Amino acid sequence: MGAPAMSKTITIDGKNVPFSDGQTIMDAALAAGVYIPHLCHNPQFEPHGSCKLCVVSVNGRNMTSCTMPAAEDMVVANNTPELNSDRKALVQMLFVEGNHICPACEASGNCQLQAAAYYLDMLSPHYTHFYQPRAVDASHPEIFLDLNRCILCELCVRASREVDGKNVFGISGRGIGTRLVVNAASGRLGDTNFAATDKAAHVCPTGAILIKRQGYRIPIGQRTFDHKNISEVQMEPDHE
Amino acid sequence: MNEKRKIRLATCSLAGCFGCHMSLLDIDEKLFDLLGMVEFDRTPFTDIKRCGPCDIGIVEGGVSNAENVHVLKEFRKNCKVLVAIGACAITGGVPALRNNIDLWDCFQEVYLYEGGLEGNQIPNDPELPLPFDKVYPVYEVVKVDYFLPGCPPSADMIWKFLTDLIEGREPKLDYEMLRYD
Repeated sequence: MGAPAMSKTITIDGKNVPFSDGQTIMDAALAAGVYIPHLCHNPQFEPHGSCKLCVVSVNGRNMTSCTMPAAEDMVVANNTPELNSDRKALVQMLFVEGNHICPACEASGNCQLQAAAYYLDMLSPHYTHFYQPRAVDASHPEIFLDLNRCILCELCVRASREVDGKNVFGISGRGIGTRLVVNAASGRLGDTNFAATDKAAHVCPTGAILIKRQGYRIPIGQRTFDHKNISEVQMEPDHE
Repeated sequence: MNEKRKIRLATCSLAGCFGCHMSLLDIDEKLFDLLGMVEFDRTPFTDIKRCGPCDIGIVEGGVSNAENVHVLKEFRKNCKVLVAIGACAITGGVPALRNNIDLWDCFQEVYLYEGGLEGNQIPNDPELPLPFDKVYPVYEVVKVDYFLPGCPPSADMIWKFLTDLIEGREPKLDYEMLRYD
């Protein structure tokens, strides 16, 4: 602190948070160790602004903090009962829209959707389950793609495009028909040049993209979010 | 005569594996403390078959057939406070993995392709409850007052929840107790 570039501040829940020009509210919050719940955001990629978990109240108006540039004297409310109640409803909607059966999922304990739900004290999905039929693609020798667990955050799309330079994934359809698609004539992951070493194979916040034969290497009970709240984990450097 | 009336507690397992009941038994010697506070109505522990008027009803498992609905409605009607315990009661859980598979395909896979002791036949006794095409969480059928997630919830969590409820506190779970797996 004290550098001229960081002389501007916003307040988040009453705390002074410095920012430099070009930083979003989320960037400034993460740098200051203030947790704003998020699923589709990962600081390593361009913001996407789709999950809406990071919506905060800025001078009384709700804004997506991962896309909203910080500006001098913004008064931001983040950790409030109202916003957390909205966030919980969003997470509950994600749970009923997909098929998230935690006891049968290899990602349980490492899953950010689950961890966000723990953070928001979600005791049930509340809404009526869709139980939509979704495909599982096991055609790739090293990677599973299970669309039952996809929350359309597009992190794999961004990682494959921006880091791996491969464009393996894309989003197709509209509204409730929106789905993750694979860039191959057959639509199968096994027919792409996707590799287990790709960044896109390691950014899924849920268990939609899983490396095969790794599932229970770390036992249930010893995983990332089993003992540590996501609000602490996502403040650690290089956590993603 | 002045002895405090004991809390009356009923439990059942619908489309579950009885793992949540096992976890309840896992409170070990605290079962004696529990029996000091509650008396059991319908539950697999007493083998009472019908639920009478109760203070607390605990339901394990999702709703996968017609009998599950009858039992669940009987619990809702008789229990002042209804608790859904475990992943299956709350989300459908592992039995709900069949929800995207056609019921007839499931039956063929289980009873026809491999065959059983009585040859290849799909059980069709009128005594057997009618299966549903999907497994539903209990809150999609009746109103549920409390949810106790976990697969199963730990004995500590069940004990914390029950003592909170019985002693008149709003049940509160620590971070490490709240688990979906």
